[in-house]
Amino acid sequence: MPATDEKDPGVTRLDLAALRSRLEETSGPEYWRSLDALAETPEFEDFLHAEFPRQAAALPEASSGVARRDFLKLLGASLAFAGASACTRQPTEKIVPAVKAPEEAPGRPLSFATAFPSAGYGMGLLVESHEGRPTKIEGNPEHPASLGATDVIGQASILTLYDPDRSQVIRNVNEVSSWDGFAAEIRAILESEERREGEGLRILLGAVTSPTIESRLDEIRSRFPRAQIHFWQTENRDHARAGATLATGRRLDAILSPRQTSVLVSLDEDFLGTGPDRVRHIREWSRRRRPSGPDYDPPRLYVAESVHTISGAAADERLAVRAADVSSLARAIAHHVGLPVESPALSDAHTRWVKAVAEDLTRNRGAGAVIVGEGQAPEVHALAWAINHHLGNMEGPIEAVAPSTIDDAAMGESIRALARDMRAGKVEALFMLGVNPIYDAPSDLGFADALASVTHTIHLGLYADETARVSRWHVPAAHYLESWGDVRSLDGTATLQQPLIAPLYDGKSALEILGLILGEARPSGHKALRAHWQKEWGEPGFEASWEQALHDGVVVKTRSATASFRIDREAVRNAASALAGAGGVDGLEVTYRPHPTVGDGSYANNGWLQECPTPMAKLTWDNVVLVAPATAERLELQNQDVVELEVGGAMLRGPVWILPGQPEDSLGLQLGYGRTRAGKVGTGRGFDVYPIKTTSAPAFQTGARLTKTDETARLACTQDHGTLEGRHVVRFADVDTYRRDPAFAQHMAHEPSIDDTLYPNYEYKGHAWGMAIDLDACVGCNACLVACQSENNIPVVGPEQVAMGREMHWMRIDRYWTGDLDEPDTHHQPMLCQHCERAPCEVVCPVNATVHDGEGLNLMVYNRCVGTRYCSNNCPYKVRRFNFHLYADWDTESLKLQRNPDVTVRSRGVMEKCTYCIQRINHGRNEAKKDGRTLQDGEIVTACQQVCPADAIVFGDLNDPESEVAKRKADPRNYSVLGELNTRPRTTYLASVKNPNPALHEDDESDSHGTGGHS
Amino acid sequence: MSDVVRSEPAPVGVSGEIIGPGQTLGSVTDKIASVVLNERVPRGWWVGLGISLALLMVFVTALGVLLAYGTGVWGVNVPVAWGFAIINFVWWIGIGHAGTLISAILLLFRQQWRTSINRFAEAMTLFAVACAGLYPILHLGRPWLAYWLFPYPNTMAMWPNFRSPLVWDVFAVTTYATVSLMFWFIGLIPDLATLRDRSESLAAKKIYGIFAMGWRGSARHWHRYETAYLLLAALSTPLVVSVHTIVSFDFAISVIPGWHATIFPPYFVAGAIFSGFAMVATIAIPLRWAYGLENFITMKHLDNMARVMLATGLIVAYGYMMEAFFAFYSGNLFERSMIQLRFSGPYSSAYWALILCNVAIPQLLWFKRVRLNTLSLLFVAVVVNIGMWLERYVIVVTSLSNDFLPSSWESYSPTVWDIALYVGSFGLFGTLLFLFIRFLPMISIFEMRTLVPEAEVEPNGNGGSGSGPARPGSEGPS
Repeated sequence: MPATDEKDPGVTRLDLAALRSRLEETSGPEYWRSLDALAETPEFEDFLHAEFPRQAAALPEASSGVARRDFLKLLGASLAFAGASACTRQPTEKIVPAVKAPEEAPGRPLSFATAFPSAGYGMGLLVESHEGRPTKIEGNPEHPASLGATDVIGQASILTLYDPDRSQVIRNVNEVSSWDGFAAEIRAILESEERREGEGLRILLGAVTSPTIESRLDEIRSRFPRAQIHFWQTENRDHARAGATLATGRRLDAILSPRQTSVLVSLDEDFLGTGPDRVRHIREWSRRRRPSGPDYDPPRLYVAESVHTISGAAADERLAVRAADVSSLARAIAHHVGLPVESPALSDAHTRWVKAVAEDLTRNRGAGAVIVGEGQAPEVHALAWAINHHLGNMEGPIEAVAPSTIDDAAMGESIRALARDMRAGKVEALFMLGVNPIYDAPSDLGFADALASVTHTIHLGLYADETARVSRWHVPAAHYLESWGDVRSLDGTATLQQPLIAPLYDGKSALEILGLILGEARPSGHKALRAHWQKEWGEPGFEASWEQALHDGVVVKTRSATASFRIDREAVRNAASALAGAGGVDGLEVTYRPHPTVGDGSYANNGWLQECPTPMAKLTWDNVVLVAPATAERLELQNQDVVELEVGGAMLRGPVWILPGQPEDSLGLQLGYGRTRAGKVGTGRGFDVYPIKTTSAPAFQTGARLTKTDETARLACTQDHGTLEGRHVVRFADVDTYRRDPAFAQHMAHEPSIDDTLYPNYEYKGHAWGMAIDLDACVGCNACLVACQSENNIPVVGPEQVAMGREMHWMRIDRYWTGDLDEPDTHHQPMLCQHCERAPCEVVCPVNATVHDGEGLNLMVYNRCVGTRYCSNNCPYKVRRFNFHLYADWDTESLKLQRNPDVTVRSRGVMEKCTYCIQRINHGRNEAKKDGRTLQDGEIVTACQQVCPADAIVFGDLNDPESEVAKRKADPRNYSVLGELNTRPRTTYLASVKNPNPALHEDDESDSHGTGGHS
Repeated sequence: MSDVVRSEPAPVGVSGEIIGPGQTLGSVTDKIASVVLNERVPRGWWVGLGISLALLMVFVTALGVLLAYGTGVWGVNVPVAWGFAIINFVWWIGIGHAGTLISAILLLFRQQWRTSINRFAEAMTLFAVACAGLYPILHLGRPWLAYWLFPYPNTMAMWPNFRSPLVWDVFAVTTYATVSLMFWFIGLIPDLATLRDRSESLAAKKIYGIFAMGWRGSARHWHRYETAYLLLAALSTPLVVSVHTIVSFDFAISVIPGWHATIFPPYFVAGAIFSGFAMVATIAIPLRWAYGLENFITMKHLDNMARVMLATGLIVAYGYMMEAFFAFYSGNLFERSMIQLRFSGPYSSAYWALILCNVAIPQLLWFKRVRLNTLSLLFVAVVVNIGMWLERYVIVVTSLSNDFLPSSWESYSPTVWDIALYVGSFGLFGTLLFLFIRFLPMISIFEMRTLVPEAEVEPNGNGGSGSGPARPGSEGPS
């Protein structure tokens, strides 16, 4: 949406401001219906007449055969069509469902395989579609980056598809235009470019793994030999690849297999929360740790990190360390494992930690791994390559492969070159496809200024964002669920992306724009894709392979081969000595990395992501300055105090949040906020960190100056209290305790007998549903929370309501700290309706709106609810959610399409809560009944269970002793939260088992790693 | 308006009189009826009614906002899903206890001093119950479906959930409201007849006539009246105890630490009487001053009310003590931490203010000088009213905001609409009260007549213009 204060370059302003302000008031498809209506008004007539000459000039009348008057008519008609676009259409090309129902009938969803492009890399999906509307995203078990699970952003990407704020129309200098006008002008530009071999033609892309785009770009290069392709995105792998180049002479990616790892050492790398393989990492890591009884031999995870992340929370031994000091740890580890590297001077605590790490790594040759965060310098990455190679880990947990992205140089260099050329006036036409460099380019490049000297700027994007505003042309992009394409994962596996729905707003894909550049009259992503793979596979049997690939969601035999390399020992030694100068710098350090939910900012307009609490701080809707408790004490800072930060000449202003586990004197900032043109949800939220992010300091800087202001901000935090208060809510023990007494968790609280009641017990003749959640597996990634939101039509309530304690999430991840405030142990606990056998809520509802059913479910009858909220008060777990206002959006047409048709959209004044996905239970039961068979275990999976990368959640029938859930409940680690209240919850938890290194706790008087919950 | 001399050497009742000296059957009737029948309405009444109406407007506005935008306009959240509405409900219903207690229980115990205060205490009860009764309906997410709480025949074939204390509440409060209304109305009948006979305007004669239900004061009328009144008194008496017991069940039945306590029923009933008497005193003291009723509501009455407040206040204090004691004695972690948080947590200021108001300051009532000074008594009564509101605030809010799982702990703060609906309810209460004072005798005329010495010597004496004879004997209904 255009901001009202914008200045359009070089255009006389008409009545647009008034028009815009009227448009601002509405949203979605209604937007264009309103514009249609506005078209009747005199202002709009005037606007069209005044605008007309230029539009006509852009439209060669002879070739298109459209006369002036016809153009007006067409424009009117296209507006009318745009308004009607709420009616969905299937794509015209043939798409292939992954799971075919026996017959296609209304009400029976189909499932299609495709892939979510996550920062350029593919995450395989199976997308559920109801009558041509994609409604729910699931992972594709066949895909290596998904293994059947997804993550927060993948889950939420479906909301972006239906976002009413998406760009819906082609704009020329911010005014409505048409595809034909656009195509005509582009052709004219390209004709002149072709004459000079594309000298002034540039294309800027994000990370691209698509083989088809690669082949199209090759064609462009051969047609315009002097054209240049640039790549830029915030989440890049520049340092990792530079490090690989340094150590091996080759540009390589390292792939980690946590399932083969016994000792995993992360140096500031959030391998569970970021990166293209995060989902696979969680899945493999949790499978690697399955407490199995007295002979359990768990792997050990060491994490040294500068921002508290879920990887650090999952660590057995965590070290909070400033980002600038990580390189010293790397050098020391290299030294202690026997590489010819000098060890730097370290503090005692760090020395002990490093020695323990080195010892463990040495002891587990070939089964250890050292991984390094992208924010760290290339030299640190080079050291990790050398260490892993030295210890033989490259034959085990770590594999080197050639990158699957098509860029061949560092992105930072690439965009710097582009900015330099633009400023030098060498760039005539710049296509920016799916990127937003005005917002996220390194600040030292002065990208906005440089862009002003480019004559023809063309932007393709989902939103009319910051870059669209200053571009001559803006073309709305098609969402990945609307377009054909292909994408590869980190290991190279390719997936064909098929559209599940025709573009809602006539968006175009990057492939189509590339087709236009190549001079195609009707560029088609479908055709380009088929052409590429036809070349790849050859003609015979192409159709079968095509259908198979679409059906499976993976293209066979596309995984990259293991790359061979040699470590350049001299280069590594030099790298280590180059690092000698780093670290040990005093003063405040700032680190900045993509926000855990809204990422680098491209998801800023997604309400689910905005309202998804960050895994550690549990904050929503804003970014903050994370401060260690000790630093806050020293600087006299309180939560929500607004501070001013001066870093390298740039000023930032944002609220403080004190986060236990944050390293002292290191301030954690998150990118992705402070958007000025994100849409109604994201615009103006938080503060922009990009001004301090430069090409030379892409992740952290030292020497920040912090000034406290008198202001305070109001932040929306979903968990105010993080300590256990001596309650045995989460239960945990170290592995020694576990080996001695696997049932330690059951001895922590007294649970009354099932017969301690005045009432007869329920009998369950058929099914008795139950759930078990393994706290040892759970890493707190929040995927379940968003999956639940997507499956169950849970509304977004906004920051004010969250701050009041009214978030609607049916499930939440509770996060508790234990131990030391500066170096705490973190415990995650997914909390959702426990479906108590003796539910306190059922007794107190005066109108029987919440009742027990014959399969043990605690039902919530929305129609019957009058809203006394007594059930919520009496719920010991506080998992019930109340519609204090009309939270569900009943008006926005496009959002209605996203809703799960099997789940009621709740109204004002009623209570709601987790139903164990009763719609899925009913569906499974009905299917089994129709087939005349008994329901199989695993046939019904809840949304949270299905999405969980850690396999932490298991749902099933407790009456079936062979079911997975019954087996888990028989595990000695199984316990009930607040079981002492005799609520007899059907959701139980499996206690977690940590594997601390005894060497690091020898002199601990109070053993903080003993059994948990004692105070 | 008043022909009684204000400045007497010693206030009536200091030495135990429950009616001023020199009162005759005629003077009693004249004095009380004149408040209603006097053409000239005192300016103070207009001011009072004006303020009440203004507050009533606030109430109506808050109501409109609530219905238009939903419960979300309040400060309630999860976990604190009950806020001001329930606090106000319990507070008002507690206030509504004194009337029936004074009328029924003291009647059964033949406490004659009740006579001059029972009428308006009952009226106050009714108005307080009216205020209280609105809150449980308004606090619903969907108030228009409140009737689902009643067991009425319906096509859904659905009963309410009889296990829920909220359903018990419905029965308890509606029964209490009905019986209180009946009791009050029956008590009014002889006086309505007096007003019918004494009023000069035709409309007033008609209206009072309709409500007097043909009362002529015959012996048969008196006989039936006495029987009905006594029966209703007997019926109301258990209700006084039951209503607040059941209201306390709303909390005690639950599992929430700070709510789940067996001491709640007696402690709530005592608290209700405590606050009820405080409210009667709060209203009686200005009223007797404004209308010069010192001869009818004497210092003896005020002294007695103060003593009741002192006694019930001590029971309430015992309740607080036991709550804390059992939390520690039980060894229950959740209970303990709840009490600790009350003592020193985010709401500790409210807790200590409540102790100050309900426990510390009422101890002043041990002193006769305090009890017999209307201003100091008024001060204590107002403080107790505030304290009792704070008590409900502490019970409702602190218990909910810090229950079992620390992860869901959340604080509560009221919004402007919470406050508006509370302050506005004084408008409703005040408006009803001022209308009552203006249009009905605020003191029972015929019962007061039985206290006059004349009644003893002249059993069939004609006390006024002929609503009927004073009842024979001075024993009241016997």
